[in-house]
Amino acid sequence: MAAKAQTRTSVLPQPSTGSRVADAAFRAVMYFSIAVGFVGLGVILFDIAADGLPRLSWDFITRFPSQIIPERSGIQSAIVGTLYLMLICGVLVVPLGVATAIYLEEYADRSRWFNRLIEVNIQNLAAVPSVVYGILGLAFIVRGPLSIGRVLLAGGITLSLLVLPVVIIVAREAIRAVPPSIREGSLALGATQWQTIWKQVLPGAVAGIATGVILALSRAIGETAPLLIIGAAVSPRFNPSGLFESFTALPIQIFAWTTDANREFVSAAAGAILVLMVILVLMNSVAIYLRNRYEQKW
Amino acid sequence: MPDKLTDAQADATRRERSDRRFASSTPAPATAEPRQDGRRPAEPIFDVDDVHVYYGEHKAIRDVTLNIQQNEITALIGPSGCGKSTFIRCLNRMNDLIPSARVEGRVVYHDEDLYGSRIDPVQVRKRIGMVFQKPNPFPKSIFDNIAFGPRVVGMKGDMDEIVESALRRAALWEETKDRLKTNAFGMSGGQQQRLCIARALATEPDVLLMDEPCSALDPISTGRIEDLMMELKESYSIVIVTHNMQQAARVSDKTAFFTVELDDTAKHRTGHIVEYDVTDKMFTNPEDKRTEDYVTGKFG
Repeated sequence: MAAKAQTRTSVLPQPSTGSRVADAAFRAVMYFSIAVGFVGLGVILFDIAADGLPRLSWDFITRFPSQIIPERSGIQSAIVGTLYLMLICGVLVVPLGVATAIYLEEYADRSRWFNRLIEVNIQNLAAVPSVVYGILGLAFIVRGPLSIGRVLLAGGITLSLLVLPVVIIVAREAIRAVPPSIREGSLALGATQWQTIWKQVLPGAVAGIATGVILALSRAIGETAPLLIIGAAVSPRFNPSGLFESFTALPIQIFAWTTDANREFVSAAAGAILVLMVILVLMNSVAIYLRNRYEQKW
Repeated sequence: MPDKLTDAQADATRRERSDRRFASSTPAPATAEPRQDGRRPAEPIFDVDDVHVYYGEHKAIRDVTLNIQQNEITALIGPSGCGKSTFIRCLNRMNDLIPSARVEGRVVYHDEDLYGSRIDPVQVRKRIGMVFQKPNPFPKSIFDNIAFGPRVVGMKGDMDEIVESALRRAALWEETKDRLKTNAFGMSGGQQQRLCIARALATEPDVLLMDEPCSALDPISTGRIEDLMMELKESYSIVIVTHNMQQAARVSDKTAFFTVELDDTAKHRTGHIVEYDVTDKMFTNPEDKRTEDYVTGKFG
């Protein structure tokens, strides 16, 4: 019986050894890549948590930074500065980004050279290093034409410019995901183009836009270089009381502490990193929730 | 456009239209309406004169000249790519949405050239509704789907009544009256398409353009939509593009057969009308050999 079965040629031959090895090798490479990412992240998290967790307390969050006594130092002004920056950024970037995306998707005639130029420029701007935006902010906002100084608004505008291209790109994708048949259906009922955009396209795209904006803002509040260049304050013992006050932010505070000659500030930096990461995880969770809850399936 | 729509007023409009039809002194040509018991053809609603449509440099259809009668169903048939959809989209200026599209010639609707310089395409589309090949309900409730049109065109009146009236005319009221607030995406394909018809009727158009409205539907849903079309032509004029010749034969009063030819370089296809006549004649005794080949299934 057994011999007979072996001589029979199957209509469904087994995979060759070569393809099985290739399959296994490909899986191994994938698992390794995932492991590199996870292990790297895990080591950093563990290291920071070991340093920072003991520092985490209500006092740490509510106290102002101290230049002198590491263990009495806190991050209130950094948290408040970061939240203000986020707010300014959101207020500036949502209308500008969405309006630009609407123009490019719904109105722009792609056969015109200047529309193609705008498109290419936005793609490029999204890839420009953040430090360049810092220089721009310093030259045009802090000094130069606007000359508003090293103030909260300057930081907010600079970060807005930094994430604006990303918001435009994400909003365009969300708008493009609304099928053309919806626009046709609306226009065929006698709706104007603006009514169609406002009442059909934007509601269909709002979940994608909101998700993109939150992810862009979470990038903005993690940025250090542009704020360093435009000159955020280091360890201020006060919150900014207006748009034209000096400010700091969590990444700046972290940077200041990690470079401090007094090594005892390192644990404070680790604690601030943990707080920043909690904020980022919360924002990303909101983005994921919004996407799952409100995303339109067509 | 009536300020306030009620069922009674919609009925009155319909009565007025049928009165006008019966009062018409024009004697009907003997062959014009053989399938309709005693109904007279009304005046032409579209007078299409020598229309050519271009996409960029490419001519998509040429030399289209035909009259479309009021309160009739006019079917456009022909092989794929022959420009039927391109043509039907000329009738409510949907081709405007394609940047490279250009329409030459005259499309006269109620004595006005739709492509005249002073015509606002938005106003055109308020009067000439359209139903598309694939049902395209908005991702909203059934109620809001219907109410969208009346709201954007600024119709006054009780929205509940407007919605109910439109759903009744599309024979959808009984199925939907208990679930008006549910999302239209939960309906079956056939219901979605009738919702799209109801949506188009809600703004009180006088023409309904249907671009292959049944191609995504099963035979039962198709039958319901055909029944609906027969009822609707009492109050509306209907132009339908269809690939289904039985459908054209079943429902339409007039049929236009389009075909497509390759140009000299054999790169571009240009559609044109071969024959346009009363449906019965088109299917039983067409003038042109090409029409006969098409309707008997020898070609296309």
